[in-house]
Amino acid sequence: MRATPRLVAIAICLIVLAIVPPVATAMGEPYYLRLFERIMIFAIAAISLDLILGYGGMVSFGHAAYLGIGGYAVAIFSYYGVGSGWVHFPVTIVGSALIALFIGAISLRTSGMYFIMITLAFTQMLYFLGVSLEEYGGDDGINTDRSGFAKLIDLYDPWTLYYFTFGWLLLCLLISWRLVNSRFGMVIRGAFSNETRMQAIGFPTYRYKLAAFAIAGAMCGVAGALLANITEFVTPEYMHWFRSGEIMVMVLLGGMGTLFGPLLGAAVFLLLEEVLKEVTQHWQIIFGPLFVILVLFARRGLWGLIPDREDRDG
Amino acid sequence: MAEPILAVSGLVKRFGGVVATDNVHFDVTRGEIHAVIGPNGAGKTTFVAQIAGQLRPDAGRIVFAGEDVTRLSGPQRSQRGLARSFQITSVFRDLSALANVALAIQAHAGHSFRLWRRADRDAALVEPARAVLADVGLAARAHVKSGNLAHGEQRQLEIAMALATRPKLLLLDEPTAGMGAEDSERMTAFLATLKSRYAMLLIEHDMNAVFALADRITVLVYGRAIATGTPEAIRGNDAVRAAYLGDDMPDRVA
Repeated sequence: MRATPRLVAIAICLIVLAIVPPVATAMGEPYYLRLFERIMIFAIAAISLDLILGYGGMVSFGHAAYLGIGGYAVAIFSYYGVGSGWVHFPVTIVGSALIALFIGAISLRTSGMYFIMITLAFTQMLYFLGVSLEEYGGDDGINTDRSGFAKLIDLYDPWTLYYFTFGWLLLCLLISWRLVNSRFGMVIRGAFSNETRMQAIGFPTYRYKLAAFAIAGAMCGVAGALLANITEFVTPEYMHWFRSGEIMVMVLLGGMGTLFGPLLGAAVFLLLEEVLKEVTQHWQIIFGPLFVILVLFARRGLWGLIPDREDRDG
Repeated sequence: MAEPILAVSGLVKRFGGVVATDNVHFDVTRGEIHAVIGPNGAGKTTFVAQIAGQLRPDAGRIVFAGEDVTRLSGPQRSQRGLARSFQITSVFRDLSALANVALAIQAHAGHSFRLWRRADRDAALVEPARAVLADVGLAARAHVKSGNLAHGEQRQLEIAMALATRPKLLLLDEPTAGMGAEDSERMTAFLATLKSRYAMLLIEHDMNAVFALADRITVLVYGRAIATGTPEAIRGNDAVRAAYLGDDMPDRVA
């Protein structure tokens, strides 16, 4: 492998993420841990959305639903005294996948605007379900304990929590990388590029798109469970359509249909939010135009601006 | 004669008040090239779409390789050996020529719920894909992005993707569409080399190609099959002459 600018960028990103805890501790700014945890969690959400949006052309405007499912899986099990992460994470993954299967099975029968609206509608239903569940805090949300992994992993230790999140990010990147280059990934990308052709050469594309939709849901569910762990608090806001929009902006910002773009997008989005909030409370006034300019001039987002020696996807 | 590979009976398709396919009976025997010709708007594309499974007919039956496929989807028909090429070039433009063909091989190599191994290094896909590309004369262009291929090459790639599915019947929708005379002749010569290996349903505007290749010709006018017969018989058919209003078609072709 030659050191193309993109490989260098990947290396820098991962090294920076890896050294945040010692650096933040040395600087006496533990807050940075929390900030970068959020970046990594939203990166996972954006990576999962990019699987279906960027590679599969499925414009899901309801991806925040799975953040909520993961979050509530942690909170509700903790509420009933089941604090084990060995329960929380498998339940999150299976639960998110099943709900994504259900939502996908219906919405993938449509396309274009209808698909966007149906995915949005399902997520709004889940949002209002969350609001109406008084037992679990309703509108106000619910406090939760962090997932326990016996003596193996102690998420109340800040560094452990950080590297636990980092580990999930690496795993999601690995899965995503293998997936998009596998036979399965070729079907998903082919169906985006030219679905009529895919069907004519014999692919029943629906089932593959549905499977991708479920995998993306499960992955985003993990992001939700992680978010519940760092904030120790879950509210229906996890599933607000505004959230779905933010995740989508991260994907577009970083670069649709690229592996590292969503990570870059999540980082730039949350860091800019952090910086611009210092300037004005209405930080979107500045962010909005920047985003528009980027989308207009860089079709593949920030990732697309980094030159690649070969004309290939990262 | 053996039973036909494709037998269409009483096929009807209406769009509102327009009858695009009007009670068409049609068959292709094994090893035969059966061409469908007709003026613009005769319903050729609608006819192909119904056979390939992109459109549901309102009435009639389509039997392929002894099986009633009328209610089967496009992918299911492809799995049974019915391959099509498109009038308007339909390839995966951002993939290399090789990857395009490999994808067609993959479609017929079992299910694709294989999530981990790289597809582009999978010899089970790439090797047969190379062989097919060599077969259509695109071996040297294997790694060129298909969107960057010349028009004629893209048309060849269309055929290559159909061949890669190891079909029993090739459904070729104007393989020479948009080609200059020279490319068109090359394509005709290439299709002639495939003649012994595949049954073909050929939709074509280029009469030179049709008369050079076809064993039988069916003439479609306003959705109806007004005549079927050998090239000689079609050339001498009065109804066909009338439909074409004397222009272009029958006599000019030697």
